[in-house]
Amino acid sequence: MARYSILRRTIATPLILSALLLAFALIAWFVGSRPFNQTVIDIFLQVVFVVGLYTFIGNSGVISFGHIAFACLGGYVAAWTTIKPMMKGTAMPGLPDWLMQMEIPFWAAALAGGTFAAFWALVFGAVLMRLSGIAASIATFAMLAMVNAIYSNWSSVTAATSSVVGIPIVRSIWPYMIAAILAVFVAWAFSISRHGLALRAARDEPTAAAASGINIPRVRLIAFVISGAIMGAGGALYAHSIGLVTPDTFYLGLTFTTLSMLVVGGMGSLSGAVLGVLILSSLIQVLRWLEAGVQVGASTFALPGGVQEIALGVVMILILMFRPSGIMGNSELTGLRARTEKPVEPGTD
Amino acid sequence: MGGLMQVIFDALSLGSLYALGALGIALIFGVMRLVNFAHGDVIAFCVFALLWPSVDAVAIIFAGNLPWFLLIPFTLAVGAGLSVLSEVVVFRRFRRANPATMMIASFALGFVIRYFLLMLFSSRPKSISLLPGLSQPVEILGARIPLLQLITILVTIAVLIGLTAFLRRTRFGLEMRAAAENFTMARMLGVRANRVIMGAFALSGALAAAIALILGSQTGTANIMMGASVMLMAFIATVIGGMGSLAGAVIAGFALGAIATVMQVILPPDARAFRDAFVYGAVILVLIFRPQGLLAARGTKERV
Repeated sequence: MARYSILRRTIATPLILSALLLAFALIAWFVGSRPFNQTVIDIFLQVVFVVGLYTFIGNSGVISFGHIAFACLGGYVAAWTTIKPMMKGTAMPGLPDWLMQMEIPFWAAALAGGTFAAFWALVFGAVLMRLSGIAASIATFAMLAMVNAIYSNWSSVTAATSSVVGIPIVRSIWPYMIAAILAVFVAWAFSISRHGLALRAARDEPTAAAASGINIPRVRLIAFVISGAIMGAGGALYAHSIGLVTPDTFYLGLTFTTLSMLVVGGMGSLSGAVLGVLILSSLIQVLRWLEAGVQVGASTFALPGGVQEIALGVVMILILMFRPSGIMGNSELTGLRARTEKPVEPGTD
Repeated sequence: MGGLMQVIFDALSLGSLYALGALGIALIFGVMRLVNFAHGDVIAFCVFALLWPSVDAVAIIFAGNLPWFLLIPFTLAVGAGLSVLSEVVVFRRFRRANPATMMIASFALGFVIRYFLLMLFSSRPKSISLLPGLSQPVEILGARIPLLQLITILVTIAVLIGLTAFLRRTRFGLEMRAAAENFTMARMLGVRANRVIMGAFALSGALAAAIALILGSQTGTANIMMGASVMLMAFIATVIGGMGSLAGAVIAGFALGAIATVMQVILPPDARAFRDAFVYGAVILVLIFRPQGLLAARGTKERV
C-alpha cells in the first residue's frame, strides 16, 4: 500500500516535465528551421546529461566532476559500433575484428554506450564510493582526467586527439526527446525506489541512516551505476547528433556546462535539473547570438568570444551565493501549488 | 650513476612543482575548508599577466621584459593579488556555506578566469621566452640537468623551510595554524578571521605565481589551460596527503612526482603516453587502502 502511494504522490513530476519537453519538441517541429532544430536537440541532450548527473549528485549529495567521462565512454562506443567498417579501418585500426565488422542502428549504440558506461561506473564506483565528501569529488575529477588521458593517447582505438568522423547523423528531434523523457522517468523511478530513498536518507543524515542499517557505499554505488548508464547513453546520442567525437568534446567544458545547469536549477530536485537546462540553454543561445553579432542600426555589435562562459560562471556563483539550493530548492513540480517535501506522518499511508 | 641521478633530479623537480601546488591548495583548505578549483587558473593568469593582451599567435611580452629581480616580485604580487581579490569578491560570501557549495563556486570562478584570459588572448598557445638564462645545463654528479631544474628544487626547499619557519615562529603563523585546527575556537580566542584567511589566500596565490614562473620558463609556452594538469596533481596530492595537512600535501606531492618519473622510465615506450593515467590509477589504489589519506589532519574527521 505504502509503495503505491509514493508512486501516486510523485508521478506528476515526471509527467509535467515530459509535457514540458514535448512542448519544446512541438515548437521546434512547427518552426521547422534547421538551426533551431539543432538547438532543441542540444537541449534534449543536455537534459539527459543533467538528469544523469542529478541521479547521482542530487540523491547522494556527493558532487561528481567525473560523470562526463561516462559520456565519453558512451560516445566512443557509438563511434566503434556505427561507423562504416571501411572508414573504421583507417581511423581506428586497432579495433578487434568483431567490433570492426559491427554496424548497428543508433538506438542500439545508445543502449550499448549506456551498458559500457554502466560497467565502468561499477568498476570505478566500487573504489570511489568508499570515499566521502570532498575527497570523493576530487577522486571523480581524477577519474575524468584518467579517461581523458587514455582516450587522448590510445591512437589505435580512439584515433587519439583527432576527431573520429563518419558517425551517422540523426537529425530528427524525436529520438532525442524520447531519450530525455526516458532519462527523466529512470531518474524519478530511482529516486522513489527503495535504494533511492535510502540514499537520500544517507545524504541528509548519514549517521542515522547508517545506524538504520543502510549500507551507504552500496546505495551510492547503485546510483553511480544508474547515472553512469544515463550519461553513457547520452554520450552516444551526442555523438550521433554532431557526427563526430573527440576526447575534448567530453571534458571540462561539458562538465562545467552541465554542472552549472544542475546547480542553477537546484541540485536536489529533478524538476530543477530539467528547468536548469531550459533556463541556461536559453541564456547560452542569447549570448551565442550576441557573440555572432547583432545589427544595431548601421553598425554590428558583437560580444567577444568567451563572454558566454564568463556569464555562465557568474550566474552560477550568484545563484550559489544567494540561493545555494538553486531555483527549485528541494521541491518538485507537482502540479499543485508549490510545496516542499514534507515528512509524512507515520501511519497516514 | 649519471642515469640514476638524472631520474632523481627529474623526480625531485616534478615533485617540487606538485608539492608547491598542493601546498597552495592545502593552505586554503586548512583555514576555510575550501577546495580551490580556481588555483590552476590563477597559475595561468600569472603567466599571462606578463603579456600584453592580444589575440595574435605571437606573444607580445610586456611585463615579462623586466629584469628578473623585478619580474619575480611582480609575478608573485599578481598571484597574491588575484587570489586575495577572489577571496574578497567571491569566497567571503561563502563563509557559512558548506564545503561542496564553495567547491562548485571555485570551479565556476576558475572558468570565469580562464575564459577571461581566452577573451583577451584567444585559446591558442603562445610561445614565450621567460628567463632564458635558466635553460643552460649544469653538470652535477655525472648528470647534466638544466639549471632551471636545480633552481626549482632549491626554490621549493627554500619555500618549504621559509613556510615552516613562518608557521612555527611568527604570531601570524601561529594564528593560521590555530585557525586550521579549529576555526571557531580560534576566532573566540581573538584570532582575526578575515586577516588569517586573506593571509592564506595571499600565500597560496604567491605559490601559484611561483609555479607559473617555473612552468613558463620550463615549457616556453603560455596556454590558458596550463595550470590544469598541475592543479589536478596538486589536488590528488592534497587528498592523498590527508586533506588540510600541509606536511602530508608536500610529501604526497613529491611522491607523485617520483611515481610519475619512475613510470616514465620503467613503462614500455608504447605505454608512456598513458603515464598520467597510470598515476591516477595508482592514486585510486592508494585510496582503497587509506581513504583518509596518508597523514590525516586533525579536525577534518567528520564527527557525529
